[in-house]
Amino acid sequence: MAEGIKDKIAIIGMGCTKFGELWDKSAEDLMVDSFKECMEDAGIEKKDIGAAWFGVHFEEQSVGKGATPLSLTLKLPFIPVTRTENFCATGTEAFRGACYGVASGAYDIALALGVEKLKDTGYGGLPGGPSLMGTKNALIMPKLTAPGAFAMMATRYFSVYGLNPEEGKSMLAKVSVKSHYNGARNPKAHLRREVTEEQIIKAPIIAWPLGLFDCCGVSDGSAAAIVTRADMAKKFRPDPIHVKALQIALSSGEELMYTKWDGAHVETTYRGGRQAYNEAGVKNPREEISMAEVHDCFSITEAVTMEDLQFSPRGKVKEDIEAGRFNHDGPQPIQPDGGLKCFGHPIGASGLRMLYEMYKQLQGKAQSPERQIKNPKLGLTHNLGGFPSMNIVSIAIIGL
Amino acid sequence: MVGIKSYGAYIPRYRMNHNTLFMAVAFLGSFPAPGENAVANHDEDTLTMAVAAGIDCLSGMKRELVDGLYLATTSQPYMVRQNSALVATALDLQSDIRTADFMGSTKSGTTALLSAMDTAKGETATNILVCASDCRLSKPGSPQESLYGDGAASLLVGNEDLIATFEGAYSVSYDFPDRWRASGEKFEHAWEDRFIRDSGYSQFIAEVISGLLKKYNLNIKDFARIVYPGLYAREHGAIAKRLGADPSQLQDTLLSTVGDTGSASPLMMLVAALEDAKPGDRILVVSFGDGGDAVSFQVTEKIKSAASRRAVKKHIASKKDLASYEKYLAFRNLAPMDLGMRGEISIKTPMSALFRERKVILSCRGSKCKKCGTPQYPYQRVCVNPDCGAIDRMEDYRFSDKNGVLFTYTGDNLAASIDPPSVYGVVDFEGGGRFWFDLTDCDLDSVKVGMPVEMTFRRRYVDESSGVHGYSWKAAPIRA
Repeated sequence: MAEGIKDKIAIIGMGCTKFGELWDKSAEDLMVDSFKECMEDAGIEKKDIGAAWFGVHFEEQSVGKGATPLSLTLKLPFIPVTRTENFCATGTEAFRGACYGVASGAYDIALALGVEKLKDTGYGGLPGGPSLMGTKNALIMPKLTAPGAFAMMATRYFSVYGLNPEEGKSMLAKVSVKSHYNGARNPKAHLRREVTEEQIIKAPIIAWPLGLFDCCGVSDGSAAAIVTRADMAKKFRPDPIHVKALQIALSSGEELMYTKWDGAHVETTYRGGRQAYNEAGVKNPREEISMAEVHDCFSITEAVTMEDLQFSPRGKVKEDIEAGRFNHDGPQPIQPDGGLKCFGHPIGASGLRMLYEMYKQLQGKAQSPERQIKNPKLGLTHNLGGFPSMNIVSIAIIGL
Repeated sequence: MVGIKSYGAYIPRYRMNHNTLFMAVAFLGSFPAPGENAVANHDEDTLTMAVAAGIDCLSGMKRELVDGLYLATTSQPYMVRQNSALVATALDLQSDIRTADFMGSTKSGTTALLSAMDTAKGETATNILVCASDCRLSKPGSPQESLYGDGAASLLVGNEDLIATFEGAYSVSYDFPDRWRASGEKFEHAWEDRFIRDSGYSQFIAEVISGLLKKYNLNIKDFARIVYPGLYAREHGAIAKRLGADPSQLQDTLLSTVGDTGSASPLMMLVAALEDAKPGDRILVVSFGDGGDAVSFQVTEKIKSAASRRAVKKHIASKKDLASYEKYLAFRNLAPMDLGMRGEISIKTPMSALFRERKVILSCRGSKCKKCGTPQYPYQRVCVNPDCGAIDRMEDYRFSDKNGVLFTYTGDNLAASIDPPSVYGVVDFEGGGRFWFDLTDCDLDSVKVGMPVEMTFRRRYVDESSGVHGYSWKAAPIRA
């Protein structure tokens, strides 16, 4: 009987760069920046690292293939380094690799580092070109973009729950208002401006019904973590943060090709969430999960994720959003750092960035008192890579 | 006895009103006659229209019975790579068939039809699908721009169950240099209109008709319908008059509604004539181009069985004005339009993969699980039904002829498109199966969840650097 990862691993150091359109920073600069902060936080030296996991998604846009970009940039001394790539779950996959490496007993200390340099493409949005179905992508797939793929989930959600476009867009706008409020207060966030519901609704349409403010920032950035065995953690710091669950779930194809999926939720998030709660021993996620950083690549994604993670009942997230449940001062703050929406989304770094925020909040070390969530016990992070009908979801739960 | 077993046609949804054209090009001294032309959407071309006409012609029939496909056109995308073979693949015809391209002249439509008749008389093949299609590019401001329209016709030729019997033919051939386009050239050249009219159009049509009447000892009054292209409106009537025909015998030229569709023109007019024909009617079909062919048919009692086609009439009635001339220029790549840097990402078609996956990509075939009966697109080896999961228990399953309903959709302004927003969605097929497809021939405002859709073969891209025209299937609102 598998025991799971709960309480076997502790995070003893984390680093995260400022995210944004960092025209004067290369991917290598970003890697060094997050690594530096992470090592200082952990208080260890490079020779202490037994192995590293390196996450980057669009490697052709920045660092190139393989894991040598990490070993060469950080001058890692001939230790094992593994590259992970799993769409937007890439960063969490690097973290998962490091945790499992340590949990296996193969290493005492491991590094996970994610980076993405997206702003060397010359245009807005994510880099184009074939991705999901390889060579078939260009031959049979519609000319999908990420906003379009998630817009189809918004269309579906509105249709399934009988929201007219005004009601639906108003619900989604409130999701973004909250994230902009949080992002505006975070010095490391990419987008630091508060916006109103009216501004959001009147913004240009990117992919109907999603407008500009329904879409997250496309950013450059890097984040890193140092993990060790739980029984060793207190040697490094008094407040290590423990891993309670690490799960991933992947689409089986039935969402896109079979006709049972309702298109108004993400099946992988629901399944991955159930597995994670089981691993962490969480019985009532709405009450027990203190806070979360979820994959709000688009406002609709955050909305359905609240239902899929059982923070809100099915079809009822609108009521929770309107009641302010997920606001910074609400009972279950979501995206306290601004989320992908405003902190930004350098793909390979995002999972680790989310963990960075949860880690700091759990330690009571958010940069300013107004950002600090009161007495959090469990923080959840969630990534969704790919499209709603065809994706990879990673979920991590960490706590004191 | 050989003849026509079925007919079909295709006319694209967009029309270019000649007023729109006039506003744009009058400064060049171009004054188009009143009317409108059918213009192909940006994702349509000769081959996609030929496929659409072929689908119309074969509706309700078993495609396995077709053992030949002859394609006639003057605007084929490929000089090397057989266009008819590509059309046959898109139509999901068997591979043990004869395919041939008839190109280079506007009479190629009737020539392909005659060749099909000759084939059907022999022993090697009996059911030949003839598709004639043209989507000709004309220079902005040229007289051809208002004259030419885009469209296609299709006729199934065979030796039984005929709706019209083949009664005879007469041809003339001249190296008539009225219009020409050398290999590698984009636009046609034309000699003076009066020369074309007086030395060609009025001469050849009269010559082939007279020749046919004499050869078969017929009188012009024997024909209920006389079909020949109407390049010159006044001369069109004058030819008939000189031959002793009554104007009421003349089939409408489609010139003011569709335009001159080149090699498809006489066959589209024939299809329109068949739509209204009564048993016993004789129809005379004449083409013009480097001489011409005259072909004589007689309609049988079975004509009523072909009535459910969209053919010409329903397609003419189903239309939408193209908003502007500039949009037309953009659709035809006649003015460089900025698609943003995202639009500059080039697609290198892996030809070996295209051939390997041709049934999925070009024929819109998926698979159906023999264990649980679930249709799935594209072809899967492992059943997608979570309660089944059978491995290698699949049979081929055609999706191109299945309608569906729109499960969800969006209008995407970020995707590079010459006609933004790029509309796409997920289709649930009747009988099962779900996949995402681009939507075409629709406006975002009219798209709704649950809307019925049909599949249509379209051009996906043209990769100028490698000369590849890429095709696949899209979904569209049900046309008529």
